[in-house]
Amino acid sequence: MIRFTTVRLVEIAAMLVLMSFVIYALIGLMPGDPIDLMLGADPHLTAADVARLKLLYGVDRPLLERYLAWAQAALQGDLGYSRLFLTPVAATLLPRLGNSLILMGSSFVLAFAASLGLGIAAARRPLSRFDGAINLACFAGVSLPTFWLALILILVFAEGLGWLPASGIGGGGTGDLGDRLRHLVLPVATLAIVNTGGYTRYVRAAMRDALGQDHIRTARAKGAGEGRIIWHHALRSAMVPVATILALSFGTLVSGALVTEEMFAYPGMGKLIFDAVMGNDFNLALAALLLATAVTMFANLAADLAYAWLDPRVKYS
Amino acid sequence: MRFPALLLAVIAAVSLAGPLVAHFLGADPATVDLLHRFAGPSLAHPLGTDELGRDILLRLMEGGRVSLTIGIAAALAAAAAGTAVGLTAGYVGGWTDRVLMRLADGMIALPLLPLLIVLAALDLHKIGVSRAFADSPGISLVRIVVLTVLVVWTTAARLVRGATLVTKRRDFVRAAQSLGAGVPHILWRHVLPNVMAPLVVATTLSVGDIILLESVLSFLGLGVQPPLASWGSMLSNAEELISSSPLLAVYPGVMIFLTVIACNLLGDALLRRFDPREPGRV
Repeated sequence: MIRFTTVRLVEIAAMLVLMSFVIYALIGLMPGDPIDLMLGADPHLTAADVARLKLLYGVDRPLLERYLAWAQAALQGDLGYSRLFLTPVAATLLPRLGNSLILMGSSFVLAFAASLGLGIAAARRPLSRFDGAINLACFAGVSLPTFWLALILILVFAEGLGWLPASGIGGGGTGDLGDRLRHLVLPVATLAIVNTGGYTRYVRAAMRDALGQDHIRTARAKGAGEGRIIWHHALRSAMVPVATILALSFGTLVSGALVTEEMFAYPGMGKLIFDAVMGNDFNLALAALLLATAVTMFANLAADLAYAWLDPRVKYS
Repeated sequence: MRFPALLLAVIAAVSLAGPLVAHFLGADPATVDLLHRFAGPSLAHPLGTDELGRDILLRLMEGGRVSLTIGIAAALAAAAAGTAVGLTAGYVGGWTDRVLMRLADGMIALPLLPLLIVLAALDLHKIGVSRAFADSPGISLVRIVVLTVLVVWTTAARLVRGATLVTKRRDFVRAAQSLGAGVPHILWRHVLPNVMAPLVVATTLSVGDIILLESVLSFLGLGVQPPLASWGSMLSNAEELISSSPLLAVYPGVMIFLTVIACNLLGDALLRRFDPREPGRV
Protein backbone atom coordinates (compact mmCIF):
# COMPACT_ATOMS: atom_id res chain seq x y z
CA MET A 1 0.00 0.00 0.00
CA ILE A 2 2.81 2.40 0.91
CA ARG A 3 4.64 1.43 -2.26
CA PHE A 4 1.53 2.04 -4.35
CA THR A 5 0.97 5.44 -2.75
CA THR A 6 4.59 6.41 -3.36
CA VAL A 7 4.44 5.38 -7.01
CA ARG A 8 1.24 7.32 -7.49
CA LEU A 9 2.71 10.39 -5.77
CA VAL A 10 5.73 10.27 -8.09
CA GLU A 11 3.35 9.91 -11.04
CA ILE A 12 1.33 12.90 -9.88
CA ALA A 13 4.49 14.96 -9.47
CA ALA A 14 5.60 14.04 -13.01
CA MET A 15 2.15 14.90 -14.40
CA LEU A 16 2.23 18.25 -12.60
CA VAL A 17 5.66 19.12 -14.01
CA LEU A 18 4.43 18.21 -17.49
CA MET A 19 1.18 20.18 -17.03
CA SER A 20 3.07 23.18 -15.67
CA PHE A 21 5.14 23.32 -18.87
CA VAL A 22 2.07 22.86 -21.11
CA ILE A 23 0.13 25.53 -19.24
CA TYR A 24 3.15 27.85 -19.22
CA ALA A 25 3.45 27.50 -22.99
CA LEU A 26 -0.30 28.01 -23.49
CA ILE A 27 -0.41 31.11 -21.31
CA GLY A 28 2.31 32.59 -23.50
CA LEU A 29 0.00 32.13 -26.48
CA MET A 30 -2.81 34.18 -24.97
CA PRO A 31 -3.54 37.56 -26.52
CA GLY A 32 -1.44 40.47 -25.27
CA ASP A 33 2.09 40.74 -24.04
CA PRO A 34 3.09 41.57 -20.46
CA ILE A 35 5.27 44.52 -21.49
CA ASP A 36 2.57 45.95 -23.77
CA LEU A 37 0.18 45.70 -20.83
CA MET A 38 2.57 47.68 -18.62
CA LEU A 39 2.95 50.19 -21.41
CA GLY A 40 -0.84 50.47 -21.64
CA ALA A 41 -1.11 51.02 -17.91
CA ASP A 42 1.57 53.71 -17.86
CA PRO A 43 1.87 55.76 -21.07
CA HIS A 44 4.89 57.66 -19.72
CA LEU A 45 7.21 54.70 -20.27
CA THR A 46 9.85 55.45 -22.87
CA ALA A 47 11.30 53.08 -25.46
CA ALA A 48 14.39 52.76 -23.26
CA ASP A 49 12.19 51.76 -20.30
CA VAL A 50 10.49 49.14 -22.44
CA ALA A 51 13.84 47.68 -23.48
CA ARG A 52 14.96 47.66 -19.85
CA LEU A 53 11.72 45.95 -18.71
CA LYS A 54 12.08 43.36 -21.44
CA LEU A 55 15.56 42.58 -20.21
CA LEU A 56 14.42 42.54 -16.58
CA TYR A 57 11.53 40.12 -17.16
CA GLY A 58 13.41 38.20 -19.85
CA VAL A 59 10.45 38.09 -22.25
CA ASP A 60 12.74 37.82 -25.27
CA ARG A 61 14.50 34.70 -24.06
CA PRO A 62 13.54 31.23 -25.43
CA LEU A 63 10.46 29.51 -23.99
CA LEU A 64 12.33 26.72 -22.19
CA GLU A 65 14.70 29.17 -20.52
CA ARG A 66 11.80 31.35 -19.31
CA TYR A 67 9.94 28.27 -18.07
CA LEU A 68 12.94 27.03 -16.10
CA ALA A 69 13.37 30.44 -14.50
CA TRP A 70 9.70 30.47 -13.53
CA ALA A 71 9.85 26.90 -12.20
CA GLN A 72 12.93 27.70 -10.11
CA ALA A 73 11.23 30.70 -8.53
CA ALA A 74 7.98 28.76 -8.05
CA LEU A 75 9.75 25.95 -6.24
CA GLN A 76 11.12 28.54 -3.84
CA GLY A 77 7.56 29.71 -3.20
CA ASP A 78 7.73 32.79 -5.41
CA LEU A 79 4.83 32.65 -7.85
CA GLY A 80 5.11 36.28 -8.85
CA TYR A 81 2.66 39.12 -8.51
CA SER A 82 -0.93 39.23 -9.70
CA ARG A 83 -1.57 41.99 -12.22
CA LEU A 84 -5.28 42.21 -11.39
CA PHE A 85 -5.12 42.14 -7.60
CA LEU A 86 -1.66 43.70 -7.11
CA THR A 87 -0.85 41.06 -4.49
CA PRO A 88 1.54 38.11 -4.39
CA VAL A 89 -0.11 35.23 -6.24
CA ALA A 90 0.10 32.77 -3.35
CA ALA A 91 -1.67 35.21 -1.00
CA THR A 92 -4.55 35.59 -3.47
CA LEU A 93 -4.79 31.90 -4.21
CA LEU A 94 -5.14 30.26 -0.82
CA PRO A 95 -8.32 31.94 0.52
CA ARG A 96 -9.96 31.30 -2.85
CA LEU A 97 -9.03 27.64 -2.69
CA GLY A 98 -10.65 27.45 0.75
CA ASN A 99 -13.87 29.01 -0.57
CA SER A 100 -13.97 26.58 -3.49
CA LEU A 101 -13.39 23.57 -1.28
CA ILE A 102 -16.31 24.66 0.93
CA LEU A 103 -18.55 25.00 -2.14
CA MET A 104 -17.44 21.74 -3.78
CA GLY A 105 -17.31 19.78 -0.53
CA SER A 106 -20.80 20.67 0.63
CA SER A 107 -22.32 20.20 -2.84
CA PHE A 108 -20.61 16.84 -3.16
CA VAL A 109 -21.86 15.64 0.23
CA LEU A 110 -25.41 16.79 -0.54
CA ALA A 111 -25.43 15.30 -4.04
CA PHE A 112 -23.93 12.04 -2.82
CA ALA A 113 -26.43 11.70 0.04
CA ALA A 114 -29.35 12.43 -2.30
CA SER A 115 -28.05 9.99 -4.90
CA LEU A 116 -27.68 7.24 -2.29
CA GLY A 117 -31.29 7.67 -1.23
CA LEU A 118 -32.70 7.94 -4.74
CA GLY A 119 -30.42 5.32 -6.31
CA ILE A 120 -31.10 2.70 -3.63
CA ALA A 121 -34.84 3.37 -3.68
CA ALA A 122 -34.88 2.97 -7.47
CA ALA A 123 -32.69 -0.15 -7.43
CA ARG A 124 -35.03 -1.88 -4.97
CA ARG A 125 -37.95 -1.66 -7.39
CA PRO A 126 -36.30 -2.17 -10.78
CA LEU A 127 -38.39 -1.29 -13.86
CA SER A 128 -41.25 -0.02 -11.68
CA ARG A 129 -42.93 3.29 -12.39
CA PHE A 130 -40.94 4.86 -9.55
CA ASP A 131 -37.68 3.58 -11.10
CA GLY A 132 -38.71 5.05 -14.44
CA ALA A 133 -39.46 8.43 -12.88
CA ILE A 134 -36.08 8.51 -11.12
CA ASN A 135 -34.37 7.52 -14.35
CA LEU A 136 -36.07 10.33 -16.27
CA ALA A 137 -35.20 12.81 -13.51
CA CYS A 138 -31.56 11.69 -13.74
CA PHE A 139 -31.56 12.30 -17.47
CA ALA A 140 -33.01 15.74 -16.81
CA GLY A 141 -30.25 16.39 -14.27
CA VAL A 142 -27.39 15.51 -16.59
CA SER A 143 -28.98 17.51 -19.42
CA LEU A 144 -29.35 20.70 -17.40
CA PRO A 145 -26.82 23.44 -18.23
CA THR A 146 -25.27 24.52 -14.91
CA PHE A 147 -25.32 28.22 -15.74
CA TRP A 148 -28.96 28.10 -16.77
CA LEU A 149 -30.02 26.34 -13.57
CA ALA A 150 -28.14 29.05 -11.68
CA LEU A 151 -29.96 31.76 -13.66
CA ILE A 152 -33.35 30.19 -12.95
CA LEU A 153 -32.58 29.79 -9.23
CA ILE A 154 -31.50 33.44 -9.10
CA LEU A 155 -34.64 34.43 -10.98
CA VAL A 156 -36.95 32.54 -8.61
CA PHE A 157 -35.31 32.73 -5.20
CA ALA A 158 -33.39 36.00 -5.38
CA GLU A 159 -35.27 38.18 -7.87
CA GLY A 160 -38.78 36.76 -7.48
CA LEU A 161 -39.20 35.68 -3.88
CA GLY A 162 -36.29 37.67 -2.50
CA TRP A 163 -35.48 34.91 -0.01
CA LEU A 164 -31.79 34.52 -0.69
CA PRO A 165 -28.87 36.66 -1.87
CA ALA A 166 -27.77 36.04 -5.46
CA SER A 167 -24.12 36.97 -5.35
CA GLY A 168 -21.00 37.19 -3.25
CA ILE A 169 -20.00 35.39 -0.13
CA GLY A 170 -21.51 37.61 2.58
CA GLY A 171 -20.28 37.98 6.12
CA GLY A 172 -19.28 41.58 5.41
CA GLY A 173 -15.90 41.05 7.07
CA THR A 174 -17.65 40.61 10.44
CA GLY A 175 -17.62 36.82 10.25
CA ASP A 176 -21.43 36.70 10.48
CA LEU A 177 -21.95 32.95 10.03
CA GLY A 178 -25.69 33.13 9.28
CA ASP A 179 -25.10 35.59 6.46
CA ARG A 180 -22.31 33.47 4.99
CA LEU A 181 -24.53 30.39 5.07
CA ARG A 182 -27.37 32.27 3.36
CA HIS A 183 -24.95 33.20 0.57
CA LEU A 184 -23.92 29.57 0.21
CA VAL A 185 -27.43 28.16 -0.29
CA LEU A 186 -27.97 28.94 -3.98
CA PRO A 187 -24.44 28.09 -5.25
CA VAL A 188 -24.36 24.84 -3.29
CA ALA A 189 -27.87 23.93 -4.45
CA THR A 190 -26.92 24.58 -8.09
CA LEU A 191 -23.80 22.46 -8.00
CA ALA A 192 -25.50 19.71 -5.99
CA ILE A 193 -28.53 19.49 -8.32
CA VAL A 194 -26.48 19.23 -11.53
CA ASN A 195 -24.36 16.46 -10.03
CA THR A 196 -27.11 14.43 -8.35
CA GLY A 197 -28.48 13.09 -11.65
CA GLY A 198 -25.22 11.52 -12.74
CA TYR A 199 -24.35 10.18 -9.29
CA THR A 200 -27.81 8.61 -8.89
CA ARG A 201 -27.42 6.73 -12.17
CA TYR A 202 -24.14 5.22 -10.95
CA VAL A 203 -25.54 4.29 -7.53
CA ARG A 204 -28.67 2.76 -9.06
CA ALA A 205 -26.72 0.67 -11.56
CA ALA A 206 -24.19 -0.47 -8.94
CA MET A 207 -26.92 -1.32 -6.39
CA ARG A 208 -28.84 -3.35 -8.94
CA ASP A 209 -25.74 -5.38 -9.73
CA ALA A 210 -25.00 -5.77 -6.03
CA LEU A 211 -28.53 -6.88 -5.13
CA GLY A 212 -28.35 -9.63 -7.75
CA GLN A 213 -25.25 -11.23 -6.25
CA ASP A 214 -25.14 -14.58 -4.48
CA HIS A 215 -24.08 -13.28 -1.09
CA ILE A 216 -27.25 -11.17 -0.96
CA ARG A 217 -29.35 -14.28 -1.57
CA THR A 218 -27.42 -16.03 1.16
CA ALA A 219 -28.03 -13.14 3.55
CA ARG A 220 -31.74 -13.23 2.71
CA ALA A 221 -31.84 -16.99 3.25
CA LYS A 222 -30.24 -16.53 6.65
CA GLY A 223 -33.10 -14.19 7.51
CA ALA A 224 -31.24 -10.89 7.58
CA GLY A 225 -33.54 -7.87 7.65
CA GLU A 226 -34.04 -5.80 4.53
CA GLY A 227 -32.30 -2.77 6.08
CA ARG A 228 -29.26 -4.83 6.97
CA ILE A 229 -29.15 -6.38 3.50
CA ILE A 230 -29.28 -2.98 1.78
CA TRP A 231 -27.01 -0.96 4.02
CA HIS A 232 -24.58 -3.59 5.20
CA HIS A 233 -24.27 -6.20 2.45
CA ALA A 234 -25.25 -4.63 -0.84
CA LEU A 235 -24.04 -1.07 -0.30
CA ARG A 236 -20.54 -2.24 0.61
CA SER A 237 -20.02 -3.95 -2.73
CA ALA A 238 -21.92 -1.28 -4.65
CA MET A 239 -19.61 1.39 -3.25
CA VAL A 240 -16.58 -0.03 -5.06
CA PRO A 241 -17.57 0.93 -8.62
CA VAL A 242 -19.28 4.08 -7.31
CA ALA A 243 -16.08 5.28 -5.61
CA THR A 244 -14.12 4.91 -8.85
CA ILE A 245 -16.64 6.78 -10.94
CA LEU A 246 -17.13 9.55 -8.39
CA ALA A 247 -13.37 10.12 -8.25
CA LEU A 248 -13.18 10.37 -12.00
CA SER A 249 -16.02 12.89 -11.92
CA PHE A 250 -14.04 15.20 -9.65
CA GLY A 251 -12.76 17.07 -12.69
CA THR A 252 -16.41 17.65 -13.65
CA LEU A 253 -17.07 18.98 -10.16
CA VAL A 254 -14.22 21.50 -10.60
CA SER A 255 -15.62 22.54 -13.99
CA GLY A 256 -19.12 22.89 -12.54
CA ALA A 257 -17.73 24.92 -9.65
CA LEU A 258 -16.12 27.32 -12.13
CA VAL A 259 -19.45 28.07 -13.79
CA THR A 260 -21.31 28.21 -10.46
CA GLU A 261 -18.78 30.61 -8.93
CA GLU A 262 -18.93 32.81 -12.01
CA MET A 263 -22.75 32.92 -11.87
CA PHE A 264 -22.95 33.78 -8.17
CA ALA A 265 -19.85 36.03 -8.08
CA TYR A 266 -18.54 33.57 -5.49
CA PRO A 267 -14.84 34.25 -4.84
CA GLY A 268 -13.42 30.78 -5.46
CA MET A 269 -10.72 29.22 -7.61
CA GLY A 270 -12.92 28.76 -10.67
CA LYS A 271 -13.94 32.39 -10.86
CA LEU A 272 -10.32 33.35 -10.16
CA ILE A 273 -9.07 31.25 -13.08
CA PHE A 274 -11.68 32.71 -15.40
CA ASP A 275 -10.99 36.30 -14.32
CA ALA A 276 -7.22 35.79 -14.54
CA VAL A 277 -7.41 34.35 -18.06
CA MET A 278 -9.79 37.07 -19.21
CA GLY A 279 -7.75 39.82 -17.52
CA ASN A 280 -4.38 38.72 -18.95
CA ASP A 281 -3.10 38.04 -15.44
CA PHE A 282 -0.51 35.50 -16.56
CA ASN A 283 1.14 34.69 -13.21
CA LEU A 284 -2.16 34.21 -11.46
CA ALA A 285 -3.76 32.14 -14.24
CA LEU A 286 -0.74 29.84 -14.38
CA ALA A 287 -0.60 29.21 -10.63
CA ALA A 288 -4.37 28.85 -10.27
CA LEU A 289 -4.66 26.37 -13.14
CA LEU A 290 -1.83 24.29 -11.73
CA LEU A 291 -3.38 24.30 -8.29
CA ALA A 292 -6.74 23.18 -9.72
CA THR A 293 -4.98 20.37 -11.60
CA ALA A 294 -3.10 19.30 -8.48
CA VAL A 295 -6.28 19.27 -6.36
CA THR A 296 -8.03 17.11 -8.97
CA MET A 297 -5.16 14.64 -9.10
CA PHE A 298 -4.94 14.30 -5.32
CA ALA A 299 -8.69 13.67 -5.18
CA ASN A 300 -8.20 10.85 -7.66
CA LEU A 301 -5.46 9.38 -5.52
CA ALA A 302 -7.68 9.60 -2.44
CA ALA A 303 -10.38 7.71 -4.34
CA ASP A 304 -7.94 4.98 -5.34
CA LEU A 305 -7.02 4.53 -1.70
CA ALA A 306 -10.70 4.52 -0.69
CA TYR A 307 -11.24 1.85 -3.34
CA ALA A 308 -8.71 -0.44 -1.70
CA TRP A 309 -10.22 0.23 1.69
CA LEU A 310 -13.76 -0.59 0.47
CA ASP A 311 -12.82 -3.74 -1.41
CA PRO A 312 -10.61 -6.09 0.60
CA ARG A 313 -9.85 -8.08 -2.57
CA VAL A 314 -7.92 -5.11 -4.00
CA LYS A 315 -4.27 -5.20 -3.05
CA TYR A 316 -1.98 -2.57 -4.47
CA SER A 317 1.57 -3.78 -4.70
CA MET B 1 -36.83 5.59 -28.74
CA ARG B 2 -39.58 7.26 -30.76
CA PHE B 3 -40.11 10.22 -28.49
CA PRO B 4 -36.51 11.50 -28.26
CA ALA B 5 -35.96 10.93 -31.99
CA LEU B 6 -39.14 12.84 -32.76
CA LEU B 7 -38.19 15.65 -30.40
CA LEU B 8 -34.76 15.98 -32.03
CA ALA B 9 -36.31 15.89 -35.50
CA VAL B 10 -38.73 18.67 -34.56
CA ILE B 11 -35.93 20.83 -33.09
CA ALA B 12 -33.78 20.27 -36.18
CA ALA B 13 -36.67 20.96 -38.58
CA VAL B 14 -37.70 24.15 -36.79
CA SER B 15 -34.08 25.36 -36.70
CA LEU B 16 -33.60 24.62 -40.39
CA ALA B 17 -36.82 26.47 -41.21
CA GLY B 18 -35.24 29.62 -39.78
CA PRO B 19 -34.27 31.27 -43.09
CA LEU B 20 -37.76 30.56 -44.47
CA VAL B 21 -39.44 32.16 -41.47
CA ALA B 22 -36.97 35.03 -41.66
CA HIS B 23 -37.97 35.63 -45.26
CA PHE B 24 -41.65 35.49 -44.29
CA LEU B 25 -41.17 37.92 -41.39
CA GLY B 26 -38.97 40.17 -43.51
CA ALA B 27 -36.13 40.29 -40.96
CA ASP B 28 -33.00 38.35 -40.15
CA PRO B 29 -31.67 37.21 -36.76
CA ALA B 30 -29.01 39.94 -36.64
CA THR B 31 -31.26 42.88 -37.59
CA VAL B 32 -31.04 45.49 -34.84
CA ASP B 33 -34.16 47.61 -34.31
CA LEU B 34 -33.53 49.99 -31.42
CA LEU B 35 -37.01 51.47 -31.68
CA HIS B 36 -38.63 48.15 -30.81
CA ARG B 37 -36.55 46.80 -27.96
CA PHE B 38 -38.10 44.32 -25.48
CA ALA B 39 -41.28 44.12 -27.60
CA GLY B 40 -43.87 41.57 -26.56
CA PRO B 41 -45.12 38.84 -28.89
CA SER B 42 -46.73 40.14 -32.07
CA LEU B 43 -47.33 38.98 -35.63
CA ALA B 44 -44.04 40.52 -36.76
CA HIS B 45 -42.14 39.06 -33.78
CA PRO B 46 -43.90 35.88 -32.56
CA LEU B 47 -41.75 35.66 -29.42
CA GLY B 48 -40.97 39.37 -29.12
CA THR B 49 -37.62 41.11 -29.40
CA ASP B 50 -34.48 41.29 -27.25
CA GLU B 51 -32.45 44.17 -25.81
CA LEU B 52 -31.36 45.29 -29.29
CA GLY B 53 -34.75 44.79 -30.94
CA ARG B 54 -33.65 41.54 -32.61
CA ASP B 55 -36.30 38.90 -33.24
CA ILE B 56 -36.08 36.25 -30.48
CA LEU B 57 -37.68 33.44 -32.50
CA LEU B 58 -35.26 33.91 -35.40
CA ARG B 59 -32.30 34.02 -33.03
CA LEU B 60 -33.45 30.82 -31.29
CA MET B 61 -33.70 29.13 -34.70
CA GLU B 62 -30.24 30.30 -35.70
CA GLY B 63 -28.89 29.18 -32.33
CA GLY B 64 -30.40 25.75 -33.01
CA ARG B 65 -28.66 25.49 -36.36
CA VAL B 66 -25.35 26.57 -34.81
CA SER B 67 -25.61 24.22 -31.80
CA LEU B 68 -26.75 21.19 -33.78
CA THR B 69 -24.11 21.74 -36.46
CA ILE B 70 -21.35 22.03 -33.88
CA GLY B 71 -22.73 19.10 -31.88
CA ILE B 72 -22.97 16.74 -34.83
CA ALA B 73 -19.75 17.86 -36.55
CA ALA B 74 -17.69 17.63 -33.36
CA ALA B 75 -19.26 14.30 -32.34
CA LEU B 76 -18.42 12.77 -35.73
CA ALA B 77 -14.91 14.22 -35.72
CA ALA B 78 -14.32 12.96 -32.18
CA ALA B 79 -15.63 9.51 -33.12
CA ALA B 80 -13.26 9.44 -36.12
CA ALA B 81 -10.27 10.63 -34.09
CA GLY B 82 -11.08 8.24 -31.23
CA THR B 83 -11.52 5.35 -33.66
CA ALA B 84 -8.14 6.05 -35.26
CA VAL B 85 -6.44 6.17 -31.85
CA GLY B 86 -8.32 3.10 -30.59
CA LEU B 87 -7.52 0.99 -33.66
CA THR B 88 -3.85 1.96 -33.49
CA ALA B 89 -3.57 1.30 -29.76
CA GLY B 90 -5.47 -1.98 -29.91
CA TYR B 91 -3.83 -3.40 -33.02
CA VAL B 92 -0.24 -2.27 -32.53
CA GLY B 93 -0.24 -2.85 -28.76
CA GLY B 94 2.90 -2.56 -26.65
CA TRP B 95 4.28 0.87 -25.88
CA THR B 96 2.06 2.65 -28.40
CA ASP B 97 -0.99 1.23 -26.65
CA ARG B 98 0.29 2.16 -23.21
CA VAL B 99 1.14 5.75 -24.14
CA LEU B 100 -2.11 6.40 -26.01
CA MET B 101 -4.34 4.93 -23.30
CA ARG B 102 -2.44 6.68 -20.53
CA LEU B 103 -3.13 9.91 -22.40
CA ALA B 104 -6.83 9.05 -22.66
CA ASP B 105 -7.03 8.20 -18.94
CA GLY B 106 -5.06 11.30 -17.99
CA MET B 107 -7.56 13.48 -19.85
CA ILE B 108 -10.43 12.41 -17.57
CA ALA B 109 -8.47 13.30 -14.47
CA LEU B 110 -7.96 16.92 -15.53
CA PRO B 111 -10.17 19.89 -14.66
CA LEU B 112 -11.24 20.29 -18.27
CA LEU B 113 -13.30 23.47 -18.30
CA PRO B 114 -10.55 25.69 -16.81
CA LEU B 115 -8.08 24.32 -19.36
CA LEU B 116 -10.56 24.75 -22.21
CA ILE B 117 -11.01 28.36 -21.19
CA VAL B 118 -7.29 28.95 -21.69
CA LEU B 119 -7.38 27.15 -25.03
CA ALA B 120 -10.44 29.13 -26.11
CA ALA B 121 -8.71 32.38 -25.21
CA LEU B 122 -5.54 31.61 -27.19
CA ASP B 123 -4.45 34.11 -29.80
CA LEU B 124 -4.35 31.94 -32.92
CA HIS B 125 -2.15 34.52 -34.62
CA LYS B 126 0.64 33.57 -32.22
CA ILE B 127 0.64 29.97 -33.45
CA GLY B 128 0.98 30.96 -37.07
CA VAL B 129 -2.61 31.37 -38.21
CA SER B 130 -2.92 34.40 -40.48
CA ARG B 131 -4.37 37.50 -38.85
CA ALA B 132 -7.27 37.67 -41.34
CA PHE B 133 -8.31 34.07 -40.68
CA ALA B 134 -7.73 34.30 -36.92
CA ASP B 135 -10.16 37.23 -36.74
CA SER B 136 -12.79 35.92 -39.18
CA PRO B 137 -16.24 35.18 -37.72
CA GLY B 138 -16.26 31.53 -38.88
CA ILE B 139 -13.14 30.75 -36.87
CA SER B 140 -15.12 30.59 -33.63
CA LEU B 141 -17.04 27.59 -34.98
CA VAL B 142 -13.86 25.77 -36.04
CA ARG B 143 -12.28 26.56 -32.69
CA ILE B 144 -15.18 25.09 -30.70
CA VAL B 145 -15.24 21.95 -32.79
CA VAL B 146 -11.48 21.45 -32.27
CA LEU B 147 -11.74 22.13 -28.52
CA THR B 148 -14.63 19.74 -27.97
CA VAL B 149 -12.95 17.03 -30.05
CA LEU B 150 -9.92 17.35 -27.74
CA VAL B 151 -12.18 16.49 -24.80
CA VAL B 152 -14.56 13.94 -26.32
CA TRP B 153 -12.30 11.60 -28.35
CA THR B 154 -11.33 9.47 -25.32
CA THR B 155 -14.65 7.56 -25.06
CA ALA B 156 -14.52 6.34 -28.65
CA ALA B 157 -10.81 5.53 -28.32
CA ARG B 158 -11.41 3.34 -25.27
CA LEU B 159 -14.37 1.52 -26.87
CA VAL B 160 -12.60 0.86 -30.16
CA ARG B 161 -9.38 -0.25 -28.46
CA GLY B 162 -11.28 -2.76 -26.32
CA ALA B 163 -13.11 -4.19 -29.31
CA THR B 164 -9.91 -4.34 -31.36
CA LEU B 165 -8.09 -6.27 -28.64
CA VAL B 166 -10.90 -8.82 -28.48
CA THR B 167 -11.48 -9.11 -32.22
CA LYS B 168 -7.90 -9.39 -33.38
CA ARG B 169 -7.56 -12.74 -31.62
CA ARG B 170 -10.75 -14.21 -33.10
CA ASP B 171 -10.44 -17.06 -35.57
CA PHE B 172 -11.97 -15.26 -38.54
CA VAL B 173 -9.38 -12.49 -38.21
CA ARG B 174 -6.58 -15.02 -38.07
CA ALA B 175 -8.05 -16.76 -41.10
CA ALA B 176 -8.11 -13.44 -42.95
CA GLN B 177 -4.50 -12.79 -41.92
CA SER B 178 -3.35 -16.21 -43.12
CA LEU B 179 -5.10 -15.59 -46.43
CA GLY B 180 -2.89 -12.53 -46.79
CA ALA B 181 -5.30 -9.73 -45.87
CA GLY B 182 -3.53 -6.44 -45.11
CA VAL B 183 -3.90 -4.56 -41.84
CA PRO B 184 -6.19 -1.81 -43.25
CA HIS B 185 -8.50 -4.47 -44.71
CA ILE B 186 -8.69 -6.35 -41.42
CA LEU B 187 -9.37 -3.23 -39.40
CA TRP B 188 -11.98 -1.92 -41.81
CA ARG B 189 -13.81 -5.14 -42.70
CA HIS B 190 -13.48 -7.20 -39.53
CA VAL B 191 -12.74 -5.03 -36.52
CA LEU B 192 -14.77 -1.87 -37.13
CA PRO B 193 -18.12 -3.57 -37.84
CA ASN B 194 -17.83 -5.27 -34.46
CA VAL B 195 -17.57 -2.00 -32.58
CA MET B 196 -20.11 -0.03 -34.63
CA ALA B 197 -23.05 -0.46 -32.23
CA PRO B 198 -21.38 0.89 -29.06
CA LEU B 199 -19.66 3.55 -31.14
CA VAL B 200 -23.00 4.81 -32.46
CA VAL B 201 -24.37 4.93 -28.90
CA ALA B 202 -21.34 6.81 -27.58
CA THR B 203 -21.44 9.28 -30.47
CA THR B 204 -25.14 9.99 -29.96
CA LEU B 205 -24.56 10.58 -26.24
CA SER B 206 -21.60 12.84 -27.01
CA VAL B 207 -23.73 15.17 -29.17
CA GLY B 208 -25.57 16.22 -26.00
CA ASP B 209 -22.33 16.69 -24.04
CA ILE B 210 -20.84 18.78 -26.83
CA ILE B 211 -23.89 21.03 -27.06
CA LEU B 212 -23.68 21.57 -23.29
CA LEU B 213 -19.97 22.40 -23.54
CA GLU B 214 -20.56 24.75 -26.48
CA SER B 215 -23.30 26.54 -24.59
CA VAL B 216 -21.07 27.04 -21.54
CA LEU B 217 -18.20 28.40 -23.64
CA SER B 218 -20.54 30.67 -25.60
CA PHE B 219 -22.13 31.81 -22.36
CA LEU B 220 -18.69 32.75 -21.04
CA GLY B 221 -18.05 34.71 -24.25
CA LEU B 222 -15.47 32.23 -25.54
CA GLY B 223 -17.61 30.24 -27.94
CA VAL B 224 -19.75 31.30 -30.87
CA GLN B 225 -19.07 34.97 -31.59
CA PRO B 226 -21.58 37.63 -32.69
CA PRO B 227 -23.20 38.37 -35.09
CA LEU B 228 -23.91 34.62 -35.10
CA ALA B 229 -26.52 33.74 -32.46
CA SER B 230 -26.12 30.80 -30.12
CA TRP B 231 -28.26 29.65 -27.20
CA GLY B 232 -25.35 30.08 -24.83
CA SER B 233 -24.51 33.63 -25.89
CA MET B 234 -28.21 34.60 -25.86
CA LEU B 235 -28.24 33.55 -22.21
CA SER B 236 -25.18 35.60 -21.38
CA ASN B 237 -26.93 38.72 -22.72
CA ALA B 238 -30.06 37.77 -20.79
CA GLU B 239 -28.16 37.38 -17.52
CA GLU B 240 -27.79 41.15 -17.11
CA LEU B 241 -31.47 41.74 -17.87
CA ILE B 242 -32.82 39.00 -15.68
CA SER B 243 -34.94 41.24 -13.46
CA SER B 244 -36.50 43.32 -16.25
CA SER B 245 -37.07 40.63 -18.89
CA PRO B 246 -36.82 37.14 -17.38
CA LEU B 247 -38.29 35.42 -20.45
CA LEU B 248 -35.10 36.20 -22.40
CA ALA B 249 -33.31 33.88 -19.98
CA VAL B 250 -35.95 31.15 -20.17
CA TYR B 251 -36.29 30.37 -23.91
CA PRO B 252 -32.64 29.57 -24.84
CA GLY B 253 -32.16 27.48 -21.69
CA VAL B 254 -35.27 25.42 -22.43
CA MET B 255 -33.96 24.83 -25.97
CA ILE B 256 -30.55 23.65 -24.71
CA PHE B 257 -32.21 21.43 -22.12
CA LEU B 258 -34.65 19.82 -24.60
CA THR B 259 -31.95 19.22 -27.22
CA VAL B 260 -29.49 17.70 -24.77
CA ILE B 261 -32.04 15.50 -23.02
CA ALA B 262 -33.31 14.30 -26.40
CA CYS B 263 -29.75 13.27 -27.39
CA ASN B 264 -29.22 11.52 -24.06
CA LEU B 265 -32.55 9.65 -24.18
CA LEU B 266 -31.92 8.64 -27.79
CA GLY B 267 -28.45 7.35 -26.90
CA ASP B 268 -29.92 5.39 -24.00
CA ALA B 269 -32.66 3.92 -26.20
CA LEU B 270 -30.08 2.90 -28.82
CA LEU B 271 -27.99 1.30 -26.09
CA ARG B 272 -30.90 -0.87 -25.00
CA ARG B 273 -31.80 -1.77 -28.55
CA PHE B 274 -28.24 -2.92 -29.34
CA ASP B 275 -27.83 -4.71 -26.04
CA PRO B 276 -31.10 -6.51 -25.27
CA ARG B 277 -29.54 -8.52 -22.45
CA GLU B 278 -29.66 -5.54 -20.14
CA PRO B 279 -33.03 -3.84 -20.48
CA GLY B 280 -32.50 -1.48 -17.57
CA ARG B 281 -28.84 -0.62 -18.03
CA VAL B 282 -27.89 2.97 -17.55
